[in-house]
Amino acid sequence: MRIPGDPGYLNVELEKAGRVADFLELGELMCRDALERQESCGGHYREEYQVDGEAKRDDEKFCHVAAWEYTGKIDTSVRHKEELAFENVHLATRSYK
Amino acid sequence: MSGKHINLTLKVWRQKGPQDKGAFAEYQAKNVSEDASFLEMLDAVNEELVAKGDEPIAFDHDCREGICGTCGFVIDGEAHGPMKSTTVCQLHMRNFNDGATLTIEPFRAKAFPMIKDLMVDRSALDRIISSGGYISANTGNAVDANAILVPKPDADEAMSSATCIGCGACVAACKNASAALFTSAKISHMALLPQGQVERKERAIRMVGAMDAEGFGACTTTGACEAACPKEIQLTNISRMNREFFVANVTKRPKHKDGGAG
Repeated sequence: MRIPGDPGYLNVELEKAGRVADFLELGELMCRDALERQESCGGHYREEYQVDGEAKRDDEKFCHVAAWEYTGKIDTSVRHKEELAFENVHLATRSYK
Repeated sequence: MSGKHINLTLKVWRQKGPQDKGAFAEYQAKNVSEDASFLEMLDAVNEELVAKGDEPIAFDHDCREGICGTCGFVIDGEAHGPMKSTTVCQLHMRNFNDGATLTIEPFRAKAFPMIKDLMVDRSALDRIISSGGYISANTGNAVDANAILVPKPDADEAMSSATCIGCGACVAACKNASAALFTSAKISHMALLPQGQVERKERAIRMVGAMDAEGFGACTTTGACEAACPKEIQLTNISRMNREFFVANVTKRPKHKDGGAG
């Protein structure tokens, strides 16, 4: 990683390096998020949670949105749950075959 | 895709920061594809510089497709280069001769303070817009676009002014560094549409005032701005701004002392 330039001046290479760092951190966080969600749901699919290749949800434990709070280091990010409540159209499971 | 490649010598303005004196530096652009854009050519030069541990040439860019107004510098004395109605990001290397020497420098104006190399601070243009380049509308559901009828000739004329991307090439091309074309394009765009009528006079007075306050020069109608504009904004916008400003000043009514209390 080579970033030329002196401190105290605008630095386009430093800006680019910062963006690469952001993408790497975001990638890591997305992996952690996927590991936490122990079900298959929509675009999130895990081999361990499926029935005949179809996604198997766990609404009891994972009927919520996960929002991650930055603490300064990605591996100590805090997971916040925003519970989902469906009043008019209730959760159901159907076959897509 | 022709596959032809050319070599160029570039004389580029380098300036570390606003307080730096700055100077031209010479670079070789080797084996440049004819199909490359000017910015892609500079990217290649920059990659070589970074590989050697030198600082790359800093320049503004965003969409790289001629529509956002972020990119812009002067090539051989012409803002956005030699091709008419073309931004530097859409300027391709097939327009240059093999072995040519090109001089590249930033958009220069007192109202555009230097940041670094080819980057200048064009926030003066943003401040002109925030002084009046908008319409005030109640929030809530968006009105059906067809609810307000606009005659097609008016809509077309307003569009020809609205198409300004705010790049500042007009300022750079002008010998007085006037922002008249930019300001007049926005005043015209709104003066031509029904939504712009309510604040029409206020807008002209405020925007011209903001333009002058930023330190841009006065317009002496050379037309260099229209010639450099990548979106073909016409000089007649300046005529309209002058008329709007004059009429607004002679017909404006002072605020009523009671201010609308029922």
